[in-house]
Amino acid sequence: MNRIYDVAIIGAGVSGAAIARKLSRYRIQTVLLEKEADVSFGTSKANSGIVHGGFHHNAKYLKTRMEVLGASLFDQLQRELGFPFRRCGIIVAAMHLDEMRVVEHLYRQGVENGAPGIELCSRDRMLLLEPKLSTEVVGGLYAPSGGIIEPYRFVFSLVENAKKNGVTLETCFKAASARRVPASDSGADAQLWEITAADGRTVRARYVVNAAGLQADAVSALFGAEEFSITARKGEYFLLDRLAAGCPSRVVFPVPSSVSKGMLVIPTVEGTTLIGPTADMVPDKGDLATTAENLARITASARMLIPSVSERDVITSFAGLRPVLEEDFYIDMSKKVPCFVQVAGIQSPGLTSSPAIAEYVKDLLLKDGLELSENPEFEPYLAPPVHVRNLPPEERAVLVSQNPAYGNIVCRCEEISEAEIVEAIRHGHTTLDGIKFYTRAQMGRCQGGFCSYKIMKLIMRETGMSAEEITKRGGSSRVLEGEL
Amino acid sequence: MKELRFDAVVIGAGAAGMAASLSVSKRGFSCALVDREDYMGGILLQCIHNGFGLQHFGEELTGPEFALRLEKDVRAAEIPFFSGTTVLSIDSEESGFSLILSSAANGVFRASCASVILAMGSRERNRGNIRIAGDRPAGVFTAGLAQRLINIDGYLPGKRAVIIGSGDIGLIMARRLTLSGAKVEAVVEIQPFPSGLTRNIVQCLNDYSIPLYLSHSTLRIIGRDRVEGVEIAPLENGAPRLEKAFTIDCDTVLLSVGLVPENELSAHAGISLNPVTNGAFVDSTLMTSVPGVFACGNVLHIHDLVDRVAGEASRAGESCADWLEGAGSGKKRAEVPLKAGANIRYTVPSTIDPESKTTVCLRSMVMLDRGILKIMRGGAEIYKKSLKWVRPGEMISVEIPAGTLGVASTAGEPFEISLNAAGEGVK
Repeated sequence: MNRIYDVAIIGAGVSGAAIARKLSRYRIQTVLLEKEADVSFGTSKANSGIVHGGFHHNAKYLKTRMEVLGASLFDQLQRELGFPFRRCGIIVAAMHLDEMRVVEHLYRQGVENGAPGIELCSRDRMLLLEPKLSTEVVGGLYAPSGGIIEPYRFVFSLVENAKKNGVTLETCFKAASARRVPASDSGADAQLWEITAADGRTVRARYVVNAAGLQADAVSALFGAEEFSITARKGEYFLLDRLAAGCPSRVVFPVPSSVSKGMLVIPTVEGTTLIGPTADMVPDKGDLATTAENLARITASARMLIPSVSERDVITSFAGLRPVLEEDFYIDMSKKVPCFVQVAGIQSPGLTSSPAIAEYVKDLLLKDGLELSENPEFEPYLAPPVHVRNLPPEERAVLVSQNPAYGNIVCRCEEISEAEIVEAIRHGHTTLDGIKFYTRAQMGRCQGGFCSYKIMKLIMRETGMSAEEITKRGGSSRVLEGEL
Repeated sequence: MKELRFDAVVIGAGAAGMAASLSVSKRGFSCALVDREDYMGGILLQCIHNGFGLQHFGEELTGPEFALRLEKDVRAAEIPFFSGTTVLSIDSEESGFSLILSSAANGVFRASCASVILAMGSRERNRGNIRIAGDRPAGVFTAGLAQRLINIDGYLPGKRAVIIGSGDIGLIMARRLTLSGAKVEAVVEIQPFPSGLTRNIVQCLNDYSIPLYLSHSTLRIIGRDRVEGVEIAPLENGAPRLEKAFTIDCDTVLLSVGLVPENELSAHAGISLNPVTNGAFVDSTLMTSVPGVFACGNVLHIHDLVDRVAGEASRAGESCADWLEGAGSGKKRAEVPLKAGANIRYTVPSTIDPESKTTVCLRSMVMLDRGILKIMRGGAEIYKKSLKWVRPGEMISVEIPAGTLGVASTAGEPFEISLNAAGEGVK
């Protein structure tokens, strides 16, 4: 790999993807390095999927400024990239009068932060805004700009658009070592970063952005940059079926405690319901296990808000890890090593902030001397993937007459056609989880019981992989033992 | 959009759909059979073991043989079969129903009909449904998926398996995996009794010395990338004894924890569903709450024998033909509710016509070596039957002759059906 990049971004989560897409507007060469088999496979795939309302955090924090600015950029991004996103509004429900003191504090904070349209609500207004709320509600807060988003689809669309505009993506690239090397084609003083992956691949770049999420501390150490320690906070969730009676029309928060925003009830853009998360610090950054006790707590908490949430509707549970540094985000040029940008500690509201983080990092690079001239060929638009499920029958009929594979429904629960799965594979999503997050196939009520073997066959047909080579999410997550 | 017209459309071409379509067709009505897969037979095709057909065909067959017999009849009757076709929606119209279907071969098209028979079968309950905690590695399969992978696609899911749940598919798969060279370390059942058929416990576990842990709860699945083990603990007084927990090493977990009728299409069509069975509420003619829509087989309630599925489906087909003959009346019959009493989980149908011969299917909640089944109405006992070897895992089907239930002069009162150990309860 002899190409020299201007910027190498380590980590293709939402921060890295947003930065990559931002930089793809300029006439520079950018490479996005991801240690997993696909993008968005870490923190960015397992979170609440919320564009926050700008009232949860104090204005003194960088993350608050990023949250409010980031949230305002989603409409434009959605127009360009077509990911699933809807401003359904966020409510915080107080269940007794003491909690209203906290709600009033959140309201004042929101006003100070410039959260658009935020209001205090009486009990009646709360029940009008969300009729499924517990009748024990005494009042609350409403942030109409808050919204819901499919986080992995957001990341996929950012990366796809970045690639379209010239960014290179390297997956399964686990940075193993880094050093400064002389830039061969320029003056004697000029130096570059050379990053070597565990499998021997190397990448050279003038600048490195550390957007490595949970591993940002390890990556910083690898480059001899600042020493800090990222700890993992685990959030466990339940996903409820599309037909669940307990699906609210807005995101419903409880009144937050000192340690977390609490467990919420979230209507997803796709019509399912998410409940959770818990918030427990875990010593192991690979610990994505769910626990029986926490899962019981989640349903109990969710039912305090929305009593019609039922365990009968649970189709799966999962956990995500938040990279926690300190209270705030850490986004800055390294003071210790040259040409190294730290984007660390991006916990909540990281997804909401990501468009603003990208802007901020771009400005840091510019200030440090990276020349950024607009690329006149930049194409901001991305044709969103077709979902036959969302089309009226007549349009669907036309589409199927053009490509019969749209008529063959492979995933019955989410109504995903063969053509949609093939499209995912052709976009480079060749693990079962990658296809799941890209298309929603296997994400419904049967959780792949009926369609995963069909998807495996499509992967084999499209890529030439053998059955033994197919994995759930890369690495050693092999699905089958082999042929009989 | 292309539009086709039939007297009836049967959704699902497994045992239920094939048998139902045959009954409709024999009575001279036009009938279309639709299936998502490219073939008829449904899940029977992956059930390559024997034990099918003793009731319906009077001889022991494998699943594919059972399916083939029905398929031959369907082909001979020239029933149009739409393979690889998914029904997207069912809408009620003035003259019946309008369905939208999708396939690669025929595109998106419409089918209108006077009657619909639901025969979509069931799906397997999965890990999320029973909330097994722990890691989420590769190597966790529902038993039916593993069966499909081995028997149809020729792939081995893993080498050392633990099977969670003792449903019939899991038991069959314990044997199948063993015969395929894998080691089955254990079958783990949370209840104090197996949920599968007794014959499968004997033939699939005992014959291969596979340990069955009854009254054991699965605490978690272990393994980051691929399954490495399952932690289980014995239940005492209804709660797992965590201090007695132990881990069984394995690379594969199969889940055989029950089936759920696949009724999302029905729910969208406005058909009311029974929260106990997850199937439609039906009357004694197997008609759902929507007049003209019938249901049979596993989409109605979970059966343990395909013979019973076929029998029920034939009745649904007959009822559908009766409905088509009387087309125009457009009304449901007035029937009397049938309530599940002591020790009964549910009954199908949920209403009965006291004047007619009725088949009632039910599930016991208790194990009894000898039981007495009673139907009461308004405090009076009007039907009684002795039963042997009652097991929750084995469906009970009772034929009640015409006139039997009509004797009580307690109109307005529901029937209640109950099951008790012989020699206890009401005389």
